[in-house]
Amino acid sequence: MAKLSKEEVKHVAHLARLAITDEEAEKFAEQLGKITDFAEQLNELDTTNVAPTSHVLPIVNVMREDVAVKGLDRDVMMLNVKEQEAGQVKVPPILED
Amino acid sequence: MNFETVIGLEVHVELKTDSKIFSPSPNHFGAEPNTNTTVIDLGYPGVLPVLNKNVVDYAIKASLALNMKINQHTKFDRKNYFYPDNPKAYQISQFDKPIGYDGWIEIEVPGTDGQEGYTKKIGITRLHMEEDAGKLTHGDGYSLVDFNRQGTPLVEIVSEPDIRTPAEAYAYLEKLKSIIQYTGVSDVKMEEGSLRCDANISIRPYGQEEFGTKTELKNLNSFNFVRKGLEYEEIRQAEVLMAGGEIKQETRRFDEKTGKTILMRVKEGTDDYRYFPEPDLVDLVIDDEWLERVRKSIPELPDARKKRYVEELGLNDYDASVLVVNKPISDFFDAMVNAGADAKLSANWLMGDVSAYLNAEQIDIADTKLTPENLAGMVKLISDGTISSKIAKKVFTELVQNGGDAEKIVKAKGLVQISDASVLVPIITNILDNNPQSIEDFKNGKDRAIGFLVGQIMKETKGQANPPMVNKILLEEISKR
Repeated sequence: MAKLSKEEVKHVAHLARLAITDEEAEKFAEQLGKITDFAEQLNELDTTNVAPTSHVLPIVNVMREDVAVKGLDRDVMMLNVKEQEAGQVKVPPILED
Repeated sequence: MNFETVIGLEVHVELKTDSKIFSPSPNHFGAEPNTNTTVIDLGYPGVLPVLNKNVVDYAIKASLALNMKINQHTKFDRKNYFYPDNPKAYQISQFDKPIGYDGWIEIEVPGTDGQEGYTKKIGITRLHMEEDAGKLTHGDGYSLVDFNRQGTPLVEIVSEPDIRTPAEAYAYLEKLKSIIQYTGVSDVKMEEGSLRCDANISIRPYGQEEFGTKTELKNLNSFNFVRKGLEYEEIRQAEVLMAGGEIKQETRRFDEKTGKTILMRVKEGTDDYRYFPEPDLVDLVIDDEWLERVRKSIPELPDARKKRYVEELGLNDYDASVLVVNKPISDFFDAMVNAGADAKLSANWLMGDVSAYLNAEQIDIADTKLTPENLAGMVKLISDGTISSKIAKKVFTELVQNGGDAEKIVKAKGLVQISDASVLVPIITNILDNNPQSIEDFKNGKDRAIGFLVGQIMKETKGQANPPMVNKILLEEISKR
């Protein structure tokens, strides 16, 4: 398995909204490559007759009845909010001209 | 060069459940901002989403009503993205195993100037369950977020690229809305955001199999804007291509004021949402029994109802289509017929005066004082000749504003139609005595003179004279002179 390219690392960093330098991208490409190589070992196993698994527990259909419970008090909800206005959370502009 | 238009629509429908899809906070429209949330909606560390069973019922119900197959072993997936409307930085959705797939609906496209109307089957690729995000309002230099909508259950319904004209897109949306409305799983009110639509459109030279590059249209806040946006976009794309340009894959916003589409952003590469199976939710297995239980709960759908109106009630195709499109009106009609009112007459009143009133007042039929019983009562009075259609309009005005019983209104206001010849003859002879010139005009071939005389009689009887009787007696009396 070839190591990750610097471009791939930069792409993933962008998706995670992380600002990294060229040197860091180089370093992480090396390090992340080792991690993916390690995981690659799993491919040595023959899984032809094994169904894909997304959960380790054999449980299905965990559901609740559709009954509404009063929401959080807004003052409590706002405790971790930096800035608010008219009962809403104020954030930097989304639409830019 | 002539181009063929290819359109695909993505429709999001909010489900009308009591609580949210993964948390028990209320799913009620119109609450004060940020009062319908829990730590689950807000994405606090360590919280666990739990699936609302009713959401699955509704999603199955909608899928079956849209002639879809059901993935009986399905699951949820995590779609990663950063946006302030979603505090979790991911949306729980369904990726490769949507609950519904491979469906279709039949649309009715009305005829236009000389072109015949037609019906067409439009394929539906998939229907999947997901959670809605919060609502953003944009201010000057900042944005505001209301998280009440976060976690509202949605189904996204994706059509095949089978739609070829903006009119077909409009017809598809009307039909889809109507079917969903009949199943009762959503209010499907575009003005409240419980039905939203994005459109993908591309054009290609006739005969070319490969699709052209598509653009995506957003901010389509009514079916009419969908049609207008698509009409603008197909011309814009043709102009770009004819001028030797290239269509870029981009997202465009429909501007309601100018009727144009405006570039929002160019899409570079494909979106990278890094979907993976949602680790906080286990798989969902829908057994046959569950499926059957939901199947049985599906009421009569618009197509079946239309067929019944035509075959059993004798309505014409057009009237039947118009009535069934709107479920509250159609239910009202059914109840009127059950109350003994004539079907054709009931249909005419609902499509005529009732619709006009609702449009003018911008309200629903449930907001008026009309009931199927009181309107049926009025229609019966027209059928048996007690009142004329003209007088009925007065009764209708009273009914729609104040309610009550049609028969009592007619009696109280003295609106009963005068069909008694012994009452009408003296009135008519008196008017003839006072208008000798009109009699002469009529005898000299001026048919209009009759209209004048009828008008005088109606005036004298305050519109209550039975019109066919008036015509008959009037001609008899003239011929005697």
